[in-house]
Amino acid sequence: MTAYLSLRNIVKSYDGRVNAVDNVSIDIAKGEFLTFLGPSGSGKTTTLMMIAGFEAPSAGAIELEGEDLTRRKPYERNIGVVFQNYALFPHMTVERNVAFPLRMRRFPRNREAARVREILDLVGLGPFAGKHPRELSGGQQQRVALARGLVFNPDVLLLDEPLGALDKSLREQMQVELKRIQREVGITTVYVTHDQTEAMTMSDRIAVFSHGKLEQVAPPLDVYHRPRTRFVGEFIGDSNIFAGTVDESQPGCVTLEALGPMRVDVEAWRRVGKGAVDVLVRPERVQLAAPGAEPALLNRLVMEIGVIVNYGDSVLLIGSARGQRLRMRIAGAQPDAIREGATVIVGWRPGDEHLIARS
Amino acid sequence: MAGGLSPAAALPTEVRTRAARRRSPAVWLLLGPPSLVLTLLFMLPIGLVLVTSITDPRMSLAHYQRIFTVPLYTHVMLNTFVTSLVVTALCLVLGYPVAYVMARRSDWVSTLLLTIVAMSFWTGFLVRTYAWLVILGSKGPVTGAYQALGLGPAPQLLFTSFASTLGMTHILLPYMILALFAVMKKIEPDQLKAAASLGARPRAAFAAVFLPLSLPGVVNGSLLVFVSCLGFFVTPILLGTPRDMMISQLINQQIEELLAWGFASAVAVILLIATGLILVVYNRFAGLDRLWG
Ligand SMILES: Nc1ncnc2c1ncn2[C@@H]1O[C@H](COP(=O)(O)OP(=O)(O)OP(=O)(O)O)[C@@H](O)[C@H]1O
Ligand SMILES: [Mg+2]
Repeated sequence: MTAYLSLRNIVKSYDGRVNAVDNVSIDIAKGEFLTFLGPSGSGKTTTLMMIAGFEAPSAGAIELEGEDLTRRKPYERNIGVVFQNYALFPHMTVERNVAFPLRMRRFPRNREAARVREILDLVGLGPFAGKHPRELSGGQQQRVALARGLVFNPDVLLLDEPLGALDKSLREQMQVELKRIQREVGITTVYVTHDQTEAMTMSDRIAVFSHGKLEQVAPPLDVYHRPRTRFVGEFIGDSNIFAGTVDESQPGCVTLEALGPMRVDVEAWRRVGKGAVDVLVRPERVQLAAPGAEPALLNRLVMEIGVIVNYGDSVLLIGSARGQRLRMRIAGAQPDAIREGATVIVGWRPGDEHLIARS
Repeated sequence: MAGGLSPAAALPTEVRTRAARRRSPAVWLLLGPPSLVLTLLFMLPIGLVLVTSITDPRMSLAHYQRIFTVPLYTHVMLNTFVTSLVVTALCLVLGYPVAYVMARRSDWVSTLLLTIVAMSFWTGFLVRTYAWLVILGSKGPVTGAYQALGLGPAPQLLFTSFASTLGMTHILLPYMILALFAVMKKIEPDQLKAAASLGARPRAAFAAVFLPLSLPGVVNGSLLVFVSCLGFFVTPILLGTPRDMMISQLINQQIEELLAWGFASAVAVILLIATGLILVVYNRFAGLDRLWG
């Protein structure tokens, strides 16, 4: 991958003691949709604000196509920003809002109206050109903010939790819409969210932040199935994480705390080497070991079911096995044998787990 | 209650109206005392002034005719108007940058400024007027400075319209600053960040975004200062000169020196009408409730 936008060892400290962003390096490809995902206070906004130029890094550099942007003022960069609260100018109509960046950039006046119309049509707001922001719904304001951030053909588009203020169904609709527009324009996008579903469905790659550090940068499915750290495994999706040690004498064998020896993928076993490991098993990979079924289900446990959460399309069982917390998810309706307080035999196949070396 | 539904709003309409009807005696009880106070202390005196202005010494509109025909009095009207405009403009020019810094900085600078403004806001204007008497007086620091620098005798500062304009500007400045600050504080910092990211240099962002959004504060503050100035009493009398009288000085003079209650009342009525007209125009376009931010 050739880097288009590069963050090189970015550090930001507001108070000189704690690093809000701690040595973050990412290469972003042209046209890529990258999402910053992480818990509150993990440094996502701060990193985004440094790309936009509103905050200066304490150390490190930001480069666009090899050119150093670090010391440039926001108005000297060519970067569009969409704020969580939209930050539309209330005293201007939709049209004037969208024309604002064109005026500031001395875009030819005679082509301005056409350009504004074009971009408003792209976001589906053509008929609202003459309205003021307060006359629009949240979703429509969101589109205006997007149009305004795109109209001047920025090199990069930054969005900080742009859908945070919308209700669930509108949010899902806007996710699809945003993604469509992003593809159509082909713009390099950095998107901040702490909604993991949003990150999973929209991104080309996800950058997971924790305490100002980058935990992992990878495509959504990699982040989900092959988390690099225990934090990522726990933060994204539902998980069972067991502490264990690699059994060096037997290929493909790991001994879990309290649960005993388990078979794992031999390749993965070889890769982690020796010592302590965390074994991640997603709840949907844990299956019921009905008598006679699934001979491949080598890793078996006796699970005491504590709580059953029925989602309609799936059932989540929360319980324990030999004192270890265990969660499993069954697709479809709740089977008859499953009751709160019951004991069932469950298991997973070698290879359904993911090994995370303990550092 | 932040955005919550009031319990009454959750009730079916029928229940609610019945409850409201049952409550109505209580409402009158609540409205009673303030109405009484307003009538006794406000409406009644104003009514008396009105009546006096057309009956003292005999029934006629002669006082009003005099106000608008005798050059001395039209000069007072004009002077009051112009002085109020000047004070308003001065307050705006001096107050806007202060309010801007107060609203845009979020650190100790803002706190310090707010403390200073609030302190002078709460210091009585009589005290502040006397302070100017001392500062501009013949034994004051200004005169002292003139003499120390060997510039000869200091010009007459006290008892001029310069002194009264200065005094009124000083006294009304906090009102202007607070009115501006209230509006500026509500302008989202993200608005200016957005402007910058869209290519606006600081000056352009100020002109295109901050200034227009702060205009309600400018209108509120100017109105507040202008109207206060129209009827300003103590400061022009203590610091100003009878040669360039403001309306309130004229009223004072007519009563204290000439015991001309009828004419003084007529002048007061004119002042009242002028103030009322300004408020009506403002209310028409902006709503009186926005006067205090
Ligand atoms: N202007 C600031 N001054 C001082 N500290 C700040 C400032 N902005 C952020 N921080 C601190 O930096 C850290 C990272 O904050 P940041 O806003 O980047 O987090 P975030 O990942 O965007 O969180 P959220 O999901 O809540 O928006 C936090 O500990 C925060 O308290
Ligand atoms: Mg944030």
